[in-house]
Amino acid sequence: MPNRSAGLANKTLAVYVKDLRLELRTRYALNAILMFGVTTLAVVSFAVGQTGLSPKLLAALYWVIMFFSAMSGLSQGFVREEETGTALALKLTADPTAVYLGKLFFNFSLLSTMTIIITPLFFVFTDAPNDNLAPFVLILILGVIGLCGATTLIAAIIAKAAVKGALFAVLSFPLLLTLLIGLISASQKVFDGQTIMEIGTDLQFLVAYAVIMITGSILLFKFVWQE
Amino acid sequence: MWWKILLFIAMSAMIVISFMTPAPQKMIGESSRIFYYHIPQAWLGVLAFLMSMVYSIKYLMNRRQADDDSAVNAARLGFVFIVLATVTGSIFAKVTWGSFWNWDPRETSVFILLLIYGAYFALRGALDVEEKRAALGAVYSIFAFVTVPFLIFVVPRMVPSLHPEDSIVNSEMKFSMGPIVRMIFFSSLALFTVLYFWMFNLAQRVQRMVRVQMELED
Repeated sequence: MPNRSAGLANKTLAVYVKDLRLELRTRYALNAILMFGVTTLAVVSFAVGQTGLSPKLLAALYWVIMFFSAMSGLSQGFVREEETGTALALKLTADPTAVYLGKLFFNFSLLSTMTIIITPLFFVFTDAPNDNLAPFVLILILGVIGLCGATTLIAAIIAKAAVKGALFAVLSFPLLLTLLIGLISASQKVFDGQTIMEIGTDLQFLVAYAVIMITGSILLFKFVWQE
Repeated sequence: MWWKILLFIAMSAMIVISFMTPAPQKMIGESSRIFYYHIPQAWLGVLAFLMSMVYSIKYLMNRRQADDDSAVNAARLGFVFIVLATVTGSIFAKVTWGSFWNWDPRETSVFILLLIYGAYFALRGALDVEEKRAALGAVYSIFAFVTVPFLIFVVPRMVPSLHPEDSIVNSEMKFSMGPIVRMIFFSSLALFTVLYFWMFNLAQRVQRMVRVQMELED
């Protein structure tokens, strides 16, 4: 077994590095996701004004921005494989779990980069309380893992379909709504000034969601990939 | 044949009795009778979704077309029942809570369930190769069902609820309904479930006939 798992780690890394290199050459997904995030943020901030927003509204706005940005770019990984016809070559050289994990890590890097750029802008634009950052960063990390964990398998599914863009949001939204409820509830408490200990239940929920979605994806991915 | 006549008589009797006996909830009054119909519909919506998922797993294991047909038939019927449960629940909410929609946790869950069914049919519509449609639909159905425990156990704890916690089962896990109400409620639940399986069986037979006809035409 150690041999095989070492093989899995290597192959995962190879898929990840390949996608990263491809992305750095074109920066297609990153540009899309980033511009979408900035645009949504600007529209939202422009519409609701700058100061005096309640924690509930701030939390909801933040995750709406995150959700739409994620929807605009996270399907790229698999759609690109299908469109350029490289999916078959990848099928022959790597086993499904390695492909899934590679793409998951790639999506995670993509969304993390976008989050790192968007979040400071969000605090600048909306004047959200920024004295309680440690728990918020924890929520962000769990949120990004949850978003990627749920949408990577959906991206693989819609890459096989005829209408890709619209379908990605349609299929992802019902699964992400549960996560978004948890994320908004947790972020709201953080903007209200609660500590990590006080939002423990919400954090447990976020961890459970991410673990279940990623485990489910690993089990189901080979059925999608073999189609 | 005999059981269909029996079902007809029993359902008619159940409907008549549900309107002739005193209202199940004194505080809410006459409109609380909707609960004899609303809860069985919601239950069947979830049961059909569960069946659809089980048939999807069977399809992925055996790759038999019949299992995929069953999964779709269960999902279609489940969609009908979940729409009915949403509509009756919304009317009941207007009467008792004052507005058609409140984002109560149960309403959130039923809304997500509706979206999942909708997305499932949208996905199937977007795939033209039959095997691909079956396999990817099955994967989505299973993956979406994974979130259902969150809807039932976690979301109600995070969002305040208007649904009575002890309407059917109180905190000591004992049934809190009166004997007549309980009898009507459980017979309604049982009869609607039988009706559902009959409808499912009819849908299956129609689907099989469509398959046979397609083979003859080829």
